[in-house]
Amino acid sequence: MSEQPDPFMLNQWFAISGLTDVGPTAKNTLLMGEKLSYRRAGDGFEVTTADGRTLPVLAQYACLWTSLGQPESGLFEIPQYHETDRRSIVAGSIGVNVSAQRGVENFLDMGHFPFVHTGILGELPHTEVKEYNVRLTEDGSEIIATECMFYQPMASTVSTEGMDVEYIYRVPHPTCSVLYKSSPLDEKRLDVIALFVQPIGPEKLRAHMVLSILDDVNADDFISHFQLHIFGQDKPILENQMPKRLPLDTRAETPIRADKSSIMYRRWLAAKGVTYGTIPAAA
Amino acid sequence: MIRLYDYDLSGNCYKVRLMLAILGLDYERKNVEFFPGKRHREPEFLAVNPLGQLPVLEDGDLRLTQSQAILTYLARAYDASGQWFPLDTPARTGQCLQWLGFADALTATASAARLADGMGFDFDGDAAREGAHKLFAVLDEHLWFHEREGHDWLVPGAAPTIADIACFPYVMLSEEGGIPREPFPAIRRWTDRVKRIPGFVVMPGIFPAILGSQ
Repeated sequence: MSEQPDPFMLNQWFAISGLTDVGPTAKNTLLMGEKLSYRRAGDGFEVTTADGRTLPVLAQYACLWTSLGQPESGLFEIPQYHETDRRSIVAGSIGVNVSAQRGVENFLDMGHFPFVHTGILGELPHTEVKEYNVRLTEDGSEIIATECMFYQPMASTVSTEGMDVEYIYRVPHPTCSVLYKSSPLDEKRLDVIALFVQPIGPEKLRAHMVLSILDDVNADDFISHFQLHIFGQDKPILENQMPKRLPLDTRAETPIRADKSSIMYRRWLAAKGVTYGTIPAAA
Repeated sequence: MIRLYDYDLSGNCYKVRLMLAILGLDYERKNVEFFPGKRHREPEFLAVNPLGQLPVLEDGDLRLTQSQAILTYLARAYDASGQWFPLDTPARTGQCLQWLGFADALTATASAARLADGMGFDFDGDAAREGAHKLFAVLDEHLWFHEREGHDWLVPGAAPTIADIACFPYVMLSEEGGIPREPFPAIRRWTDRVKRIPGFVVMPGIFPAILGSQ
């Protein structure tokens, strides 16, 4: 199994910290096994490797991004992030002992809501994942899942009652996903929850959760509390995944209809030649 | 009304919430954002506990820190049966305190590994894991021999004590620090028993005995 990044992963941008956690004193982190230090330097940011190489940086979507290779372009677009009446919050950066791609796959899965997020994102007996659509964009750069409907007792921090919630998932990056879900405050608009996963090692991730939501009621620490509570519920599921890397062979695990997004995600990773954090199909 | 200075993802805060729930006590939950905000190091909370440690319990004029001390207080103050903090024999009192000390050792190891892996604290995760592994081996052996003598709980006797409540959280959250429980079957049977104590509640990272029930 690959311990070195494949070309597709090597040349991606990865979030390595929330911007609010970056100060003038250097902090350390790992990106695909490479030790990095990062800090605020003047008006910008600086990311260096242990052997003194300066890496490219981006400050976007409330996070600091870098790359071990040479990214072909900037980051994917999240237009809603720039809407001025939204609250944008980095809910936290959490380490999990599992591969980055397993983390994304769990984020795409609705089937676990009633069992793992009981009373919040689902509840018994509402366990059915109804039929939804998954497609690849024309240029093949992104996966989009639409018309995902799910009954949620407490869909967000401003929920006062259970509701049928619509989800749209985007996967515009091998370890990032952007989720849009109905806002309890405004039926015409969607809350945005972005998961930017930093692969620390092939079986270790750090998840940066950035919310861009309609909530004019609650304090930041309550919104973070809500999101970390949900993520904390996912941790034992993620850390008990066997194998810890995502198998790309379609016969390796038995999918059900609800796993359409995951099947597309695995195929897409395989087509891009991703070996880091995955178990590629035998040739 | 009892007030608890609390953080949702803290095992030491959770054990106090668990005890309060088992005893059927109402309380006010005051969130101190330990992570990511590090609010426990800010003046507002340092005025409550100068050591900056969670949890803190207030009950009337009493303000208590240290989760094991808080469990002891709650049992003495609110458990008329005397089950939870056993004073019936000197041996059982001593054994209960021994396991409360063990719970502190779990905080120093299994919890430290979890903070290093999960929340980016600058601790030596490998040293913490090694320490936790030794503790888990001792705990598993104790429980295994105890089961053979017909005892279900850490302190011999028919009913659980605060020793079980004190040791449970960081054992149950160990995988977040990279410490598997597969090698410790007696520990796994004991944690299943704790989950069936009437009044049991969960925290993120710990599931109920029956999935989807809480």
